[in-house]
Amino acid sequence: MASIIAKPDRANTDVTARLYDGTHWDFSTIDRIYAAVEKIAIGEMGLEVYPNQIEVITAEQMLDAYSSGGMPLFYRHWSFGKHFARDEIMYRKGFQGLAYEIVINSNPCISYIMEENTATMQTLVIAHAAFGHNHFFKNNYVFKQWTDADGILDYLAFAKNFISQCEERYGEAAVERVLDAAHALQSHGVHRFPRKRMPDLRTEQRRERERREHGEQLFNDLWRTVPVKAKKAPNADEMQRRRALLGLPEENLLYFLEKTAPRLQGWQREILRIVRLIAQYFYPQRQTKMMNEGCATYVHHRIMNRLHDQGLIDDGAFMEFIHTHTNVVFQPTFNDPRYSGINPYALGFAMMEDIERIVREPTEEDRSWFPDIAGGGDAMAVLRDVWANFRDESFVSQYLSPKLIRQLRLFHVNDDEDEAELKVEAIHDERGYRRIRRALSRSYDLAYRDPVIQIVDVDLAGDRKLILQHRVTNGILLEETGAQAVIQHLADLWSYDVVLVEVDDQDDDVLNEHAAKARPVFGSGGGS
Amino acid sequence: MSIIDRRLNPGGKSLTNRQRFIRRTRAQVRQAVREASAGRSIKDMDKGGTVTIPADGVTEPTLRRASEGGVRDHVLPGNKSYTEGETIPRPPSGGGSGRDGAEDGGGEDEFRFALSDSEFMDLFLEDLELPDLAKKSLKGEGAPTWRRAGYATSGSPANISITRTMRNSLSRRIALKRPKADEVAALEEALAELIDAGADEALIAAARAQLDRAKSRTLRIGFIDPLDVRYRRYEPSPTPIAQAVMFCLMDVSGSMTEHMKDLAKRFFTLLYIFLKRRYRHVEVVFIRHTHVAQEVDEETFFYARETGGTIVSTALDEMASVIAARFPATHWNIYAAQASDGDNTPSDTAKTIQLMEDGILPLVQYFAYLEVGSDDEDGPVMPTERATLLWRTYALVVKQGGEIAMRKVRHRREIFPVFRELFQRQTDRASA
Repeated sequence: MASIIAKPDRANTDVTARLYDGTHWDFSTIDRIYAAVEKIAIGEMGLEVYPNQIEVITAEQMLDAYSSGGMPLFYRHWSFGKHFARDEIMYRKGFQGLAYEIVINSNPCISYIMEENTATMQTLVIAHAAFGHNHFFKNNYVFKQWTDADGILDYLAFAKNFISQCEERYGEAAVERVLDAAHALQSHGVHRFPRKRMPDLRTEQRRERERREHGEQLFNDLWRTVPVKAKKAPNADEMQRRRALLGLPEENLLYFLEKTAPRLQGWQREILRIVRLIAQYFYPQRQTKMMNEGCATYVHHRIMNRLHDQGLIDDGAFMEFIHTHTNVVFQPTFNDPRYSGINPYALGFAMMEDIERIVREPTEEDRSWFPDIAGGGDAMAVLRDVWANFRDESFVSQYLSPKLIRQLRLFHVNDDEDEAELKVEAIHDERGYRRIRRALSRSYDLAYRDPVIQIVDVDLAGDRKLILQHRVTNGILLEETGAQAVIQHLADLWSYDVVLVEVDDQDDDVLNEHAAKARPVFGSGGGS
Repeated sequence: MSIIDRRLNPGGKSLTNRQRFIRRTRAQVRQAVREASAGRSIKDMDKGGTVTIPADGVTEPTLRRASEGGVRDHVLPGNKSYTEGETIPRPPSGGGSGRDGAEDGGGEDEFRFALSDSEFMDLFLEDLELPDLAKKSLKGEGAPTWRRAGYATSGSPANISITRTMRNSLSRRIALKRPKADEVAALEEALAELIDAGADEALIAAARAQLDRAKSRTLRIGFIDPLDVRYRRYEPSPTPIAQAVMFCLMDVSGSMTEHMKDLAKRFFTLLYIFLKRRYRHVEVVFIRHTHVAQEVDEETFFYARETGGTIVSTALDEMASVIAARFPATHWNIYAAQASDGDNTPSDTAKTIQLMEDGILPLVQYFAYLEVGSDDEDGPVMPTERATLLWRTYALVVKQGGEIAMRKVRHRREIFPVFRELFQRQTDRASA
């Protein structure tokens, strides 16, 4: 207590106003911390959050939560046991620390905090997860469009029950086989675009009527006398029709199997659906990782600073926070042995700070690059708007400023297999800003990063072979052993042969082919 | 906001998943466990530990791009001196960034994880079984189970037997002639009819008196009386539990070297661990012998030195008397393991055979004889090698129908295979 150095301009240096002293905390401390943080987050920053539920857990429970994607309940499968075993040994041997928190996109928003954390860490975690991430989950359009925060926990409970009932009824081994196959296809079990709704009968009728009326209005008997070309070959038409019937091409492999695989039983389809919906639930998180962390880091940074300004936490606690914060946003340079890609916390936080700077005190450069927001004055309003309406890819392409490119000394390297050496395409100069921004934005685009694989056709007239296509961009093929194993799972589910053709996106050359024959692993008989 | 303290929630949420994972990789894990246990000291034998298995069986394949080939773009931070258009020599591995590394260890050849103590031992002893059936003793200390035993007139309300109670109630009502509900109703009706018909006053009064009598009788004789109530009775009954005693016999005369004792100790330890997993109560009796035998504690058994000649029958004698005094064969599963270098006094042979056949073998479940040799003679045990006196003695017993499991061991690495051979499941042994 003696070492507290109060700055003279600090409004409130009264020791009794502090939220806590030292590192110890109890539940009333958490209550006080939460109230203080909430006042800043809601009152000053204007965040809008789901109700919070904060759960205190032990290190072991944190490990448990890790292995099931952070969710409080999940169906059972050996792969989660494998992840648990790996995380456990990494943790025990000290190779890897545990996360300070886990936050779940649900309503109420559940944040796990670890009992080992100090009071300062708990404050940081509450600001970061319960307000930063929470606000992002509730307001970002990708989450709004694709996830249902109200229903996710109920759905997981349903999934868990359903799968354990299946295990009782059909045996663990049978269920495990379906889950293995579904997990292998999970990365290609998401809808990337809102699905087209099948029109119902009434809409069909209305459209038909409108079409006819339109035709009547435009009727001109002269057209009848104009010579027309002979009709196209019926063959192509037939193929078009078949594809349209099956909804092809289809990039959501699990969805296609669930709806059309000829020999799966009802419960097997339902399991595919469960895996698919859970993959869909996590998909927005992959698209907004950098922004989400940036948002949460910015929020906790701002809140901790405000708490310190108000004298609610002492200098020691603030130093502890600064230490942790700088660790989190540390970005090693490319030639550092610690470098493993761009740190989403670092880039996200830097961009949020940069936007705040542009809004508050723009330079001439900023004014020409960001005329919409430069000098606007209300940084929080701009940030809230950004957090609501962008994902990583669009966020970078819109808001990565030349100043930040210079600050991070970003450069763009092109690695062509056919060339002997790497080539520096662009650096942080006038000519390079836009190119770097475009390249970086692209690297956050999942549609570009994940291989583009579609089901293109089914040989319905012949042997029912399922034909998939991988549109190869930049000559990057699929990883061979993984692809072969996944195709085998796919063939088992489809129960007829499957072929995956890798064709070049530019000139349609066939570069590689994976084929698999179905094994009768999902039970015999014609399904239900 | 609500705070929930989850710390007290039962842990081990991942236990099922973990068990499934181990089950899936059972064969590989078992192999790894066997290998790991070979290099362990006895004290650590029943501890858990880290095992490494090949990653083949546990990969989770996904469709993803190869980490090499094609044209790739990287945006990297921290440019030092590069200018646009400059070329850089390709770094030795990967494409100039570590981004394409394996995400979840999928690219590694091996998968390492830790097994708990019980998991380790389960796998370690998985396909072994105890020869001969386990006797169950009724004198055990296991928690009693409750058994139904007729009915009682007192007990807890939860145990009321409704059928029995109602049966009593019915017979009492019949015996005491309690009017039934419809009889009372009929009387009431009759009375009402008489009144309606404007019948004679005397008749009405008689009918009314009859009705009143019936009603008061109904009140006086209860539908259910406390006397009727019966409770289901439960009696505690002892659960039979299996208990075992293990006799360790060892020759500690001068000819037994430290190395031989170490081999013997390893074998005894394995047997002890194994028995402990099969029985809730395992007692261990250590009997060492030179030309005299005595029961000692573990420390003395393994480490104290003693000199003297070698008379095996003394140990068997001692064992028989300990069994007679403390471990009646009707209640105890008796296992014995004897370790020796094979020496015996020639004059003792006859007595040994007689003791074995009449005194020991009928009582014990299993008798294993382990002959330990010195390490310096390398190579397999030669069949032509002259068998030791004790070996020949026991071989004679076996010939006459006695059951003794006999093995020779020279090196530490042979202990476990020999142990497995002795206890391997019968079906496995037959098919092997």
